[in-house]
This record gives sequence, C-alpha cells and structure tokens, in this order.
Amino acid sequence: MNEFWTLSSVIALLAGVTFLTRALPFMVLGRVADHPLLEHLGRFLPPIVMVLLVIYSFKHDVAFSLNFLPELGCLLLVTVLHLAFRQALISIVGGTAMYMLLVQMGVG
Amino acid sequence: MTLSPLNALVLRTSLPVMFGYLPLGAAFGVLFSELGYHWLYATAMGLFIYAGAGQFLAVGLLANQATLAEMAVATLLLNSRHIFYGLSLISRMPNRGWRRLYQIFGLTDETYSLITATPLPANIDPGQFQLRITAVNQLYWIIGCTLGAWLGSQLEFSTAGIAFVLPALFMVLTIEQYKHLRDIRPFIAALTIGLGTLLLISREQMLLIAILLSLSALMMQYAARRPRKEPDA
Repeated sequence: MNEFWTLSSVIALLAGVTFLTRALPFMVLGRVADHPLLEHLGRFLPPIVMVLLVIYSFKHDVAFSLNFLPELGCLLLVTVLHLAFRQALISIVGGTAMYMLLVQMGVG
Repeated sequence: MTLSPLNALVLRTSLPVMFGYLPLGAAFGVLFSELGYHWLYATAMGLFIYAGAGQFLAVGLLANQATLAEMAVATLLLNSRHIFYGLSLISRMPNRGWRRLYQIFGLTDETYSLITATPLPANIDPGQFQLRITAVNQLYWIIGCTLGAWLGSQLEFSTAGIAFVLPALFMVLTIEQYKHLRDIRPFIAALTIGLGTLLLISREQMLLIAILLSLSALMMQYAARRPRKEPDA
C-alpha cells in the first residue's frame, strides 16, 4: 500500500509538471514569451540541463580513475553512432548493448 | 474492414512514430521493471505523464530515491526545451474544449512534427486529424511501455547494465542540442559546473545545486551584456 501511494504521488506530480510545461506557451501571451531574458534562458538552459543529466546519471561512479573508463568509452560510442547515423534508437541501443556486454563480462 | 480516408491518412502518417515509440517505450518499460514495481505503474506513466525523456529521468530519480521537490525541478527543467516551440502552434489548433486540452497534453516532439509537417488534402478536417494523430501516437507509447515492463518482469536473461540507456538518451539529446545551437560554450560551462559540484560540493544534491548555479550564471551573463537604454526619450 505504501508503494501504491509513493508511486501514485510521483506519477501525479510528474504528470502535472509535464502538462504545465506543455500548456505554458498556450497560457502566457506572446509578449511575455518574447522577453529577452526568457529567450536567453530558453536558448542556453536546455543544453546545460542535458549535459548535467548525463553527469547526474553517473553521480555514484564519476571519479578520476580507470574504473570509469567503460562508461566513458560507451558514451563515446553513443556519440560516434549518433554523429554517423543520427538515429536516436541506433545510438542508444548500440551504446547500451556494449555497456551491458562489458558489465556482464566483469569489466564495468 | 475499410478505413475512412481520415483514418487511413492518420495510420500512414503515424507509422514512423510507431516504429520509434514501440521500442523506445519498451526500453523504458524494461528499465522500469528493474525497480521491482508492478508493470501496471509503467502503463500508468505512459497514460498520465506521456513523456519520453521525462519518464526515463523518473526511473533514474526513483532509483536514486530523489525527493519530490528534486523530481519536480528536474522534470520542469528537462521539459523547458518544449516551452518555446508550442507558441507556433497556437493559431494552428482549431480544436476547443477537452479536445484542445488533450492535444496540449499529448504534444510530444514527434506529434508536434507530424502536425506541423503533414500537408492535408481538402477533404480532411484538420482538427480531427490532429486529435487522432495525438491519440494514436500515445497509444503506441502506452503499448510499448506496458510490453517492456511486462517482459522485463518475465525475462530470464541478465539485464545488468541496462540502466545505461539513460545516459545514452541524454547524450543523444545533448548532441541534438549542439547541432541546433552550434555554440560550444554552454556545454563546457555545464561540464565544469556539473563535475565541480559533484566532486567538490555534494554528490547527493548534485542536480539541484548544479542547475541553480547554471541558472545564476546565465542570469548574471544576461545582466552584464544587456545594453543600457533607460533615458531614451
């Protein structure tokens, strides 16, 4: 029952936040959205957040040591695949398959 | 069974999205099943949240036992990239009432691009087309999430390491951002702030602190370069 309430509140919260971000442009008028500060943030915040999310995914592993080499290598593979084919699915599946292989062989 | 011209067009147009949403939704489902929760919760997330990157992030946040506040801020910022392009759709959405609300709810990257990029023949009602495209796309996504979560709970083979789909997805989004922006500075700044926060300030609160630091840096940069033009008249 505890699990039910935890997950229900998480789902309700994320559903609300996601809907809010999709509805925002329809609620505010063009004038507010045209504000140069919002434009500045809208331009530079998304790329920053993406990089932070990549780092966040490894928050327990990041260190200046050889142990982090498999993660770095697979991220590089994702990058190369994506630059070559620009198909999100190929890049994600390729990098993940390689990482799973390394982990299950005991390298990761 | 014969399809009406409208439904035939909807199915044909949405086919590429089906090939994207079924496997990506299934990847989410398998990842979600790693958390050990019932597969129905994955279905509920596809039904009520319906956001690709957002749902993947939710798995990471749940696995890291993030607080609700952290989840809300992280999701809000992840989705902030959407806030701006909805503006171009306002005048192109003929639907009103619940249809309009549902369409706004279901405005994913892929639905947005189908709605804006498909030329419609004269005998097709744009409102009906947009509504059905939105619904069919969400249906693909829900089926993918459910199948993945259900399969993940049945699978015998080892899924160790599958959580890598998360950083892989964010890496892909990072590259897409770069292709769009063509400016390396924010990426270097984010790398510096992110790693600095992680190694020097806090591992547990990394995301929130790094985002707040980045936001302050952007605001200061904006204030500094903004031309002063007060006493004009």
